[in-house]
Amino acid sequence: MEEVEVELLKLIENNANLEVEKIAKLMGKSIDETRELIDKLEKKKVILGYSTLIDWAKVLNEEEVTAMVDVKVTPARDVGFDKVAERIYRFPEVKAVYLMSGTYDLSVSVKGKTMMEIGHFISEKLSALDSVLSTTTHFVLKKYKHDGIILQDADEGDKRIVVSP
Amino acid sequence: MSQISYISKQVADLKPSGIRRFFDLAAQMEDVISLGVGEPDFVTPWNVIEQSFHSLEQGYTSYTENAGMMELRQEISKYLSGSYHLTYDPSDQLIVSVGASQAIDLALRAVIDPGDEVIVVEPSFVAYVPTVRLAGGIPVTVQTEAEDEFKLKPEQIEEAITSKTKAIILCNPNNPTGTLLLQEELEQLAIVIEKHNLLVLSDEIYAELTYDDAYTSFPTVPKMKERTILISGFSKAFAMTGWRLGYAAGPTEIIAAMVKIHQYTMMCAPTMAQHAALEAMKNGRQSVESMFESYKQRRNFIVSSLNEIGLQCPNPGGAFYAFPSIKATGLTSAEFAEQLLQEEQVAVVPGSVFGANGEGYIRCSYATSLKQLDEALNRMKRFVQKRM
Ligand SMILES: Cc1ncc(COP(=O)(O)O)c(C=O)c1O
Repeated sequence: MEEVEVELLKLIENNANLEVEKIAKLMGKSIDETRELIDKLEKKKVILGYSTLIDWAKVLNEEEVTAMVDVKVTPARDVGFDKVAERIYRFPEVKAVYLMSGTYDLSVSVKGKTMMEIGHFISEKLSALDSVLSTTTHFVLKKYKHDGIILQDADEGDKRIVVSP
Repeated sequence: MSQISYISKQVADLKPSGIRRFFDLAAQMEDVISLGVGEPDFVTPWNVIEQSFHSLEQGYTSYTENAGMMELRQEISKYLSGSYHLTYDPSDQLIVSVGASQAIDLALRAVIDPGDEVIVVEPSFVAYVPTVRLAGGIPVTVQTEAEDEFKLKPEQIEEAITSKTKAIILCNPNNPTGTLLLQEELEQLAIVIEKHNLLVLSDEIYAELTYDDAYTSFPTVPKMKERTILISGFSKAFAMTGWRLGYAAGPTEIIAAMVKIHQYTMMCAPTMAQHAALEAMKNGRQSVESMFESYKQRRNFIVSSLNEIGLQCPNPGGAFYAFPSIKATGLTSAEFAEQLLQEEQVAVVPGSVFGANGEGYIRCSYATSLKQLDEALNRMKRFVQKRM
């Protein structure tokens, strides 16, 4: 990957709504060059989407529950864990799936409106899959930091005096 | 009735910093976007902060050696040799100071006798002229020109030299212009400096923040090491202005003289800050680089935006200041800064506070978030359009 591509990715990693004009100025490139660079990264599927990180806990009636589920599975012949992982990640309730080393095989993050809803999904859908041997569910109680972003209301305002040497 | 003043003539004659006046003005206003700050907008990297907590928990709450913790001096020495192939003996050629500010003060007091002249290159950092005066010296200012990108030329040193000239202060990259002097340019200056036997105070506090060209540390220029006091610190590159930690490296005799003053006036730099600086030296590289990356992008952003709105601005090679011309508005730099603050609540520093040739320019620090920078430039555009 070229250096300019990495620079661009770092710029938009935490600020997906940065306008092309600004990205171009920041990188000292023309708008056309920048747009081309973005297109290329999208085509290569390096840029997969532009999402917004929202602290739903702050939005009334929009609270949601997250569970991290440790899943033990029987791998299938030839395709190992991939097939069962696919069965699992296709469920819309499932937000992330990772193959793990250690005492279980897949780490699955599940989101729902309520604990009941998640419980339902796990017992009816996830555990019911043939290759799933067992599940252990951990509910997330509070989020402090997500994807590198601190979610607390820590005062991070500018503490500098307005004019200094 | 006449009042007795107890203030020394030396101090009474010092002019208050021109920056201070703007600070007082800006402090009374709300929602000011400041491009007036000469310090990073980043908070010190967390591992550095954490290390100072840890040092306190371990009970490091007493004085260190006068010249600074040996381990820190060794680390600084390693850094200077790794980055610039400069070898300084940590035992007697390095001193840890209370900011680069104190290192400048110590260096001047260590070498100046009353009446000695010191060349100060303007536009310059606001502290040089007063610290030369306080040390009993006479500052002789040299005005660099915008058409030379504010680069000092050897003839200019030559013209300023008298039989009393003892030293010259170089600041590279420069505050406020952001001008970066390159190897060949420094070599040209070195010829005159050697010919006239000058001592050099090389303020390299912005050395880590140079964007397009390779950085040359002044003492690496042939024959300059033995006549240069290299001054630097942690404030800018590591975002540690409040920790008050800097250092000087130089010839044994001069450093010894500086340590002598330091031990009677300061004892040592703050211990917890020294522990933090040690961590910064050992494990701070990545933070420096990521902050550097942001500064560089913001430099590109502010320079092209200023030029777009009609404030002609060359591309500064280093530091985090843009120094655009405001001559097209017909205002003096003080009027520009004051009116901009009143009308649009954007604080910049009038170029005139940095010396005579700073008139017609303003200093805009881009050590501020992109969002703030963007908004500040929108406001400046509105302000400038009304006047051109
Ligand atoms: C050129 C220059 N030298 C020295 C300093 C002072 O640095 P410190 O915080 O290390 O005292 C500054 C701060 O603005 C500066 O711009």
